[in-house]
Amino acid sequence: MGIEEKLPSGFLLTTVEGLAGYMRKGSLWPATFGLACCAIEMMATGAGRYDLARFGMEVFRASPRQADLMIVAGRVSQKMAPVLRQIYDQMPNPKWVLSMGVCASSGGMFNNYAIVQGVDHVVPVDIYLPGCPPRPEMLMDAILKLHAEIQAMPLGVDRVKAARAAEEAAMKALPTIEMKGLLA
Amino acid sequence: MTVQVERTADDMSDAGSSAPGAEELHGDPYGTGEDAHEGRVFTITGGDWDEIADSLGEAPEERIVVNMGPQHPSTHGVLRLILELEGETVTETRVGIGYLHTGIEKNLEFRNWTQGTTFVTRMDYLTPFFQETAYCLAVEKLLGVEEQVPDRASVIRVMLMELNRISSHLVCIATGGMEMGALSAMIFGFRERELVLDIFEMITGLRMNHAYIRPGGLAQDLPPGAVDKVREFLALMPKRMKDIEALCNENAIFKGRTQGVGHLDLTGCMALGITGPILRSTGLPHDLRKSQPYCGYETYDFDVCTWDTADAYGRYRLRMDECYQSLKIVEQCLDKLKPGPVMVEDKKIAWPAQLALGGDGMGNSLDHIRHIMGESMEALIHHFKLVTEGFHVPPGQVYVAVESAKGELGCHVVSDGGTRPYRVHFRDPSFNNLQAAAAMCEGSMVADVIVAVASIDPVMGGVDR
Amino acid sequence: MSDPGAVQKPQPLAVQEAEVIAVRKGMFPNSGGGDTSGYGRLVRRIELPGQSPRPYGGYFDEVENELFGALDEQGLAPELAIERVVLYRDQLTFQVRREHWVQVARTLRDDPALRFELCLGVSGVHFPQEAGHELHAAVPLMSITHNRRIQLETTCPDADPHIPSLYGVYPAVDWHERETWDMFGIVFDGHPALTRILMPDDWPGHPQRKDYPLGGIPVEFKGAQIPAPDQRRAYQ
Repeated sequence: MGIEEKLPSGFLLTTVEGLAGYMRKGSLWPATFGLACCAIEMMATGAGRYDLARFGMEVFRASPRQADLMIVAGRVSQKMAPVLRQIYDQMPNPKWVLSMGVCASSGGMFNNYAIVQGVDHVVPVDIYLPGCPPRPEMLMDAILKLHAEIQAMPLGVDRVKAARAAEEAAMKALPTIEMKGLLA
Repeated sequence: MTVQVERTADDMSDAGSSAPGAEELHGDPYGTGEDAHEGRVFTITGGDWDEIADSLGEAPEERIVVNMGPQHPSTHGVLRLILELEGETVTETRVGIGYLHTGIEKNLEFRNWTQGTTFVTRMDYLTPFFQETAYCLAVEKLLGVEEQVPDRASVIRVMLMELNRISSHLVCIATGGMEMGALSAMIFGFRERELVLDIFEMITGLRMNHAYIRPGGLAQDLPPGAVDKVREFLALMPKRMKDIEALCNENAIFKGRTQGVGHLDLTGCMALGITGPILRSTGLPHDLRKSQPYCGYETYDFDVCTWDTADAYGRYRLRMDECYQSLKIVEQCLDKLKPGPVMVEDKKIAWPAQLALGGDGMGNSLDHIRHIMGESMEALIHHFKLVTEGFHVPPGQVYVAVESAKGELGCHVVSDGGTRPYRVHFRDPSFNNLQAAAAMCEGSMVADVIVAVASIDPVMGGVDR
Repeated sequence: MSDPGAVQKPQPLAVQEAEVIAVRKGMFPNSGGGDTSGYGRLVRRIELPGQSPRPYGGYFDEVENELFGALDEQGLAPELAIERVVLYRDQLTFQVRREHWVQVARTLRDDPALRFELCLGVSGVHFPQEAGHELHAAVPLMSITHNRRIQLETTCPDADPHIPSLYGVYPAVDWHERETWDMFGIVFDGHPALTRILMPDDWPGHPQRKDYPLGGIPVEFKGAQIPAPDQRRAYQ
């Protein structure tokens, strides 16, 4: 990418990370991927009452080439999944995906032949937002949590280290079916 | 839609295919050439794009095929328009739908009759109450309890449907304006819609996709304060509507973009089975609320709005007029509200629970729990059987239609005597009306396609179900 | 009853019996044989309402008289074309044999006393146990002129799922017939472009048929799993 890839881990890299994170989260442009009911709530979030413009996100870029964040709002059908992937591929790095609503996160109430049971089957998701549809305040909460994550995103060698650590944690993690909770 | 094109072996020279001589099209011009024996490979757009381009015939350089794909800010949802352009003029339009097909109708076959409401609500997500009402009217008709649905329930149903009509028209005008570039229309429209959604949230608990209208009546009664809130809204709304009208009605740019655009006269409408604002913009005052009233509509005093220009401007003016008429109906609803039950008397059908706001959200009211646990064994049994098994509906089929904001919304329900629907099919108005897109757009310019589709006001959830 | 070669004797409509769509055994379909409820030997015939006796009431008698008269004038014996007339919950359905489907629809549209100009789509239904009549197509019609509603219905067997297309009479059914083909596999002969409309173009199978699974995945909880909705035990 740039100079941040070549900096050694330390005070300088951390400062650059902080600066880059601040810039990125300050004007995170969403790509329009409104599909169904969640799209209307997303539009309402961008409208007058729950203003997304105060976070620098009012400008919903139609072209994925100019967008940073893809908010998958709504149920993704089998016919739409390849289109979703193509739009994701067309977005330049760094890019994030927010799956809005239960239909995008897990298939929602539509556990059937026509809906992809979670867009994480198609694109890597950074933050999941449940709700049917989630209120505009919930969407903003998810976006702000994502902003915090972007602010804290490591770069360069720090990133490689963080990725390795995440991979090891995932390998050791307990699968959901084996979580017995208080029953075990 | 795929197009069959005659191809010779010479045409395949640029492909990496290594199996010439097959009798039909093979290999993937975009592939690496290893899979030549697999037959047709489709691109992710669902068809071989260059075949469509090749089939244009002579002068292919002047005819462009443009795909306004499913992801587009101005196509009103996941609608795919394949336009064949000659310069700026559209010579052919093909509409691709199905990108939001959710299989709701099949899902309904595996759920109770009452649970069907939650699914059906999400079809046309801008007019959820109309779907709920059409479904519940059909189920009540099959049960034979139409006469027993209490008046209060019918009045509240009408009130919610008319408020929903207002909110749906506001979204149509707002998104139509946004697609044309009038972003202020978007802000105004959504600001008013928030007022309506506040009312919905107070009454049903949700802003959108409320599963409030149940077979037999309503899920629960109006909370205290709802009537006042609606009255406040009625007082405020005409001023806000005037704001939008002042912005758009005589605006030269708005008129320039919408007048004469998306023209579909009465013959075209009847041929394509179009109902709703598009039909009324040709001058024919066909409205199911007047001609085949349901839910007590015959007792309300309102006019059927028409316009005579059959273009996008006429439909916009018509929708604004319909909003005013809806406000009139809501006012009459508030005057007609009398205290009473909101569910049928028959305990074997009536949805048992009453809900109340508890410490952790909305749940069963303590009164109801005391009643079923302490006071009445039958109530407990009914509650149990209705929630686990559901009620049985005698075998038969009906077709019930309501006048949705977009046109005639029909619900064809087939029952086999069980606790689940055997088949539910919705005749969605947007599905039908979108067939007119080709008739409206061919011959016009690309910019007019956007305006014409916006004036049809398709909601892809309803189109694809 | 539906092969065109056989000579069809017109039966007086009053003699028809109720339409049996299924015979169900037991109470719980997915129990896998472990049913201790005692309902296991229950056998129920599920019947849709059959031929209704005249007079129907309202405008329905007039519509039937006009339609039968108009078909007679065209040389088609009404009992040959129309299998059954069912009045259920104040709604009249004409069950038409598919060979005469287009002619009956055209008569309903054009005859001045009938004038059913608005065709409200095609709705397919699949009854896998109704031998010879597995696939139904229901078409609601509305007359704006006379403010009336009726429904037309036709059937075809699974082995030969062809129904003539109404596109020439009502162009509005274009997408509705495509959807019914997509979801049920009913081929509408004469439709200009019968292709898939809701599913992707290369999807195999017809999803809303009863022999097509719902296609869901098991629902995952912490430490447990519940099968998909169509596999769960339910009341029949």
